[in-house]
Amino acid sequence: MPRYTFKEFKSDQEVRWCPGCGDHGILAALQRALPDVTEALGYSKERYVVVSGIGCSSRLPYYMNTYGFHSIHGRATAIATGIKVANPDLTVWQATGDGDALAIGGNHFIHAVRRNVDINIILFNNQIYGLTKGQYSPTSRFGAISKTSPYGTVEHPFNPGSLVLGAKGTFFARSLDSELKLNSEIMLAAAKHDGCSVMEMLVNCVIFNDGTHKLISDREFRADRTIVLRHGEKMIFGKNRDKGLVLDGMGLRVVTIGENGVTEDDILVHDAHSDNVGIHMMLADMKYPDFPVALGVIRNVQDVTYDDGVRDQVNDQKAKSKIQCVDDLLRSGSTWEVK
Amino acid sequence: MQHKVIDTKDVVIRFAGDSGDGMQLTGSLFADMSAIFGNGLSTFPDYPAEIRAPHGTVSGVSGFQVHIGSEQVTTPGDFCDLLVAMNPAALKANAKWLKRTAMVLVDADTFDEEGLKRAGLGEDPITELHIEDRTIIVAPITTLTTESLKDSGLDKKTVEKCKNMFTLGMACYIYNRPMEYIFQYLERKFGKKKPELVEPNKKVLKDGFNYAANIQAIANTYSIEPANQPKGLYRNITGNQATAWGLLAAAEKANLPLFCGSYPITPATGILEELALHKSLGAKTVQAEDEIAGVCTAIGAAFAGSLAVTTTSGPGLSLKSEALGLAVMTELPLVVVDVQRAGPSTGIPTKTEQTDLNQALYGRNGECPMVVMAAHSPADCFDAAFYASKIALEHMTPVLLLTEGFLGNGSEPWLIPSMKNYPKIVPPFAQPNTEYKPFQRDPETLARRWAVPGMAGCEHRVGGLEKTHAGTISSDPANHALMVSEREEKVRRVANYIPELKVDGADSGKLLLVGWGGTYGHLLSAVQEARAEGLEVSFAHFDYIKPLPRNTEEVFGKFEKILVCELNSGQFVNYLRGEMPKFKYEQFNKVQGQPFLVQEIVGAIKENL
Repeated sequence: MPRYTFKEFKSDQEVRWCPGCGDHGILAALQRALPDVTEALGYSKERYVVVSGIGCSSRLPYYMNTYGFHSIHGRATAIATGIKVANPDLTVWQATGDGDALAIGGNHFIHAVRRNVDINIILFNNQIYGLTKGQYSPTSRFGAISKTSPYGTVEHPFNPGSLVLGAKGTFFARSLDSELKLNSEIMLAAAKHDGCSVMEMLVNCVIFNDGTHKLISDREFRADRTIVLRHGEKMIFGKNRDKGLVLDGMGLRVVTIGENGVTEDDILVHDAHSDNVGIHMMLADMKYPDFPVALGVIRNVQDVTYDDGVRDQVNDQKAKSKIQCVDDLLRSGSTWEVK
Repeated sequence: MQHKVIDTKDVVIRFAGDSGDGMQLTGSLFADMSAIFGNGLSTFPDYPAEIRAPHGTVSGVSGFQVHIGSEQVTTPGDFCDLLVAMNPAALKANAKWLKRTAMVLVDADTFDEEGLKRAGLGEDPITELHIEDRTIIVAPITTLTTESLKDSGLDKKTVEKCKNMFTLGMACYIYNRPMEYIFQYLERKFGKKKPELVEPNKKVLKDGFNYAANIQAIANTYSIEPANQPKGLYRNITGNQATAWGLLAAAEKANLPLFCGSYPITPATGILEELALHKSLGAKTVQAEDEIAGVCTAIGAAFAGSLAVTTTSGPGLSLKSEALGLAVMTELPLVVVDVQRAGPSTGIPTKTEQTDLNQALYGRNGECPMVVMAAHSPADCFDAAFYASKIALEHMTPVLLLTEGFLGNGSEPWLIPSMKNYPKIVPPFAQPNTEYKPFQRDPETLARRWAVPGMAGCEHRVGGLEKTHAGTISSDPANHALMVSEREEKVRRVANYIPELKVDGADSGKLLLVGWGGTYGHLLSAVQEARAEGLEVSFAHFDYIKPLPRNTEEVFGKFEKILVCELNSGQFVNYLRGEMPKFKYEQFNKVQGQPFLVQEIVGAIKENL
């Protein structure tokens, strides 16, 4: 198989996102990740399908030179499920936003996670409705001012990570729109993972919600306010790589290496493959300013996938059943002859 | 008393009791037994939505009507010759369905003060219900069943569950039915899992038969000769089962895997359940998280190259509307089965109606045409589902197949077809590595070509946005107008590939009776009766609604008046008025959640002659 480059995954369509939109970065990361995925897993290009719903992020399939389906609001997850179950040999990617996946499509989202359908969901979280020009979303923070919440929202946001892990998700990762290299790395890990992989991408909406992730994403303090988790590595972060996470009673605590007798040996090692969802939940829930926001692959565990389960039952019955064609079926059970 | 065996052409038996009394099973067994005996047959289950409604109340009455005959039988019958009423509520709910000459069999043990009170009846229910002139057989069925099984070692609850076998035994005596089939059924059902129940059930059945023979209260018994049917192998089949099998047959003929994404809903669930059984034929079923996911997983599967299906009933179809628009816009093959029930909203879930036609034709945003078809009998659901699939796959369009609760749950004997007599299904697949424009059309059918993921060199994007033939997003006014008209014309041209409308009776005259869907049997019986009375009436029944058969106008043009009968307030007649305004239409409608009565139709024919 030829080694693809990002160019083969770029379509001839003009990219119509606003200049400065965080979505550009995610698209670039995906186009750069897919050649690696292809090499690692041996997929040929015609096996990729990119599905989306409605919203700014859902335009992504038009920019990918693969099979694509730009569907209707909220339903991308259900359509992606149908595609994957119908043909498990396809590799299915989904582009969706915080409104698409967590408001109008919330039901499909949690059920795809629960069933562990082998699809890769890139969740563009800009905490706002961009395409309809600036209404709050289910991830907008409590009190957020928007066109439909001129006096601030009076509702709590979803944390996508808690939602995924609460639904016993097998793969959850988080990153920032500008982290091109980390994002491609996460996408490769998601592709390698058999099951429903959710990648939450914190993206900036330059027009309607500019700077929504600024407190953690700004270059100036990103290293101190985020932590990149990698399986098997110490949970260390900070500009000077001197901060870390330890378990303290039932919870996590930020410590400084070298202070109060803390050494590097005390710092937790990330185990993304642990079945225990508790620690993953705590990591996914960490918020600035008490904690650094966790980036990278937070959870990555193996479990049976839904599409394999469906396929296995079909193959099993094909091997076992006396009914091998419709004529057999029509003549099965109680029949009688009129002579 | 002199006992006589009377040969009779047909009889209608209605089994009624509490929803836990096993009346559906009793009725089905009687029906299956009669089918194997060779009678013409039609059944109608009429049950409450509650699985176990309050004991002994009228709202909890579950009924199963069986019509058997020595000739072909096309309806479950209007009124019954025998009513089996397991309690006062069952008698009260069904007294109005008794023929003048009917026999009523009641379980005396349930007609105590408490039972009558629960049913809202006074001390003398027979007078109160005005059925004094019927033959009422009052048998202590509970006591007799208990007595019959006193040495069986079974507990009281299990013994009481055998009551229905006692009544079935009595019915077997009255209608001279051989009981071997039921013995075999009991052995099949309990033989392995609960062998201790086989002999007691058989004993109760036989005791019921003997009791009926001994009591001298039953003056005459009846013999219904086998119908003179075409030779061949037969089976009994319900509409939902036939629908599922028709879909499987189409998948086989198209050499495609079948995918069904559905959410359970009465009365359509049986189709999903049936498909879930037949994985050996490659059927994949997804019990989705909701109706929308049902249709959307199916749309995804269609994009991926399956014969994709979603099944539902009225409220579910409402939920699927937006996604059906997407299927129209992406021009993907999709079969949608709507087993109609009484609406609006939740309506009366277990009762039958034809009130979703407007929704099927018009219930989507934008100019959104799709093929609409209807099945006309339980067994016909097989062909209807097969041809719905064939049209969807060959014309690249969603097809909405309307069946009805009456068809889905009803059953009839079916001469088993051979798959070699069904046509091939050939979807317009694209060729790999050739230039592919997603919305370039076949000049004859206007169907686009189908490129499925995995096909090299045909990568393309589809979606809900308007596009050009090349698949590029476009809001150009002229392009939109062109695509709107092509999508409509594509559906209209399906008329070139479907059978012409047939007329039963003279092909011209004063009155043409018109129907569609599950009313077929009742309408056919009605025109036959009307003709027997010397009335001149012809009959045309529509299996295809959009597009209409290409000769429809020609057929209508030869009649002075068109009388359209349907179980709604006039949805089809108004559609016909819109399509062909020049004809004189009359309408006869019923919206009671119940099938037509043949007598009602005969009355309507008379009024219009």
